[in-house]
Amino acid sequence: MLNIQDLEVGSQLPQREYTASNVSLFLYNAAVWNPHRIHYDERYTTEIEAHPGIVIDGPLQGDWLCQVALNWLGDDGILSTFNYTNRRAAYLGETLISGGRIVAINENTQEVDLELFIKNEAGNVITPGSACVTIASSNLRGAG
Amino acid sequence: MTLLTKEHKAWIGTTEEPVTIEVSRRDIQKYAAATEQVQSKYINGDEAPPMFIFNLFSAIPTLKNLRPDGLARGGGSGPKLPLKRIMAGGTELRLHRSIRPGDVLVGTRKIVNVYEKQGSTGPLIFTVRELTITTADFEPVMEEIQTSIAR
Repeated sequence: MLNIQDLEVGSQLPQREYTASNVSLFLYNAAVWNPHRIHYDERYTTEIEAHPGIVIDGPLQGDWLCQVALNWLGDDGILSTFNYTNRRAAYLGETLISGGRIVAINENTQEVDLELFIKNEAGNVITPGSACVTIASSNLRGAG
Repeated sequence: MTLLTKEHKAWIGTTEEPVTIEVSRRDIQKYAAATEQVQSKYINGDEAPPMFIFNLFSAIPTLKNLRPDGLARGGGSGPKLPLKRIMAGGTELRLHRSIRPGDVLVGTRKIVNVYEKQGSTGPLIFTVRELTITTADFEPVMEEIQTSIAR
């Protein structure tokens, strides 16, 4: 159980690796009803849109980023705000790493600010983001 | 050189007709599987992950109304831009309550900005849309600001 009094600015959130496949991108784009060919048609993507390969959806990376906060938080609070910027494209075959750290803690409001990232294998942050979560007051030590 | 005209800029501030959708457990489950969720509330479809709302309120065009790149002809709602290759730019979410199966949600989209920048490989046009999601009883659910980039 997360307790705000035990948290420290600078603490790292668990990292996770994602390696998208043709199948996973097909399923994601079917689930969100996105017919954009850059996510499944390699010939079109490379020859017409001049990408080096199939493009991993920006919002899918956004979801992976959001999961950094949600999976760390579990049922110990709520996500209040979340944002990300797709700074650089990622392509099928790349393994991406999600993670984050605590950047601010407000014990009065029970709010914790998180800095989030998706990095590529070269270690470049391609999708930075941030989130604000509110830890449940029942998690306050000594709370009834 | 400026690519955007007064007609493009005139889209700023325009609001689309609200779209009403009903959330199904099965749709949440599909989304959760495709995004590799690990929490049982998402995998079982008891609650939707926040990014489930991506594209949720977009029109569903007929196949004849898709462009060669697969996107909706005319770029969906919004100005017809002189640059056609579209990329996601990012999202901001403000969450008020979770989304659950059976929820009837109303989404209203507004174009809040259209601007251009010079990128390293050429001009870029940014379209920024604000999506306001409420329940049918006007209870706030979520606000999203989403940027798409044409290059």
